[in-house]
Amino acid sequence: MALSIKEITDLITASIPDAVIEINDLMGDNNHYSAKITSKVFNNLSKIEQHKLVYKSLGKKMGNELHALTITTKELK
Amino acid sequence: MNINEEIKELINKNDVCLFMKGTPDNPQCGFSMAVSNILKHLEVDFKGINILENNNLRQGIKDFSDWPTIPQLYVKQEFVGGSDIVKELFENGELKELLKQKFLIKTT
Repeated sequence: MALSIKEITDLITASIPDAVIEINDLMGDNNHYSAKITSKVFNNLSKIEQHKLVYKSLGKKMGNELHALTITTKELK
Repeated sequence: MNINEEIKELINKNDVCLFMKGTPDNPQCGFSMAVSNILKHLEVDFKGINILENNNLRQGIKDFSDWPTIPQLYVKQEFVGGSDIVKELFENGELKELLKQKFLIKTT
């Protein structure tokens, strides 16, 4: 089962409410996405901690239903 | 030896240790290939660990790093990141700087 852009956006927004999210379906196959996420929660965190917050919002779906998600995180100043 | 001890031993033995799908010469996933190619480009000696050969390791490394995806790069026992972070650090020059600071690539 693949995830839609809306499902990914909803999952991220549920745990990072202020997130500005831009998702692209890289291959048009509902399976390879890139996500650019901007939020205040990333401020002063390392890149690893920032990406972990995104992964946590996706829970077990990451690596299962969702095969490939390229993540770019940006702090919101 | 349990899987966590095995992983610790791998990252202790190898200053630059890449947990990946496939091998550096025959990567089985585009993300693993990208990181492997970056390390080759920087001419750093690294050990590629093929997690597809060992199911315990495949899950074990995700739990060990608290990181749900492969590849995962360790430098001097420290988790550097997955493919997105490694690519970002490569593009902004920080990865090269880190490897220089740890004396893993030539400084000239």
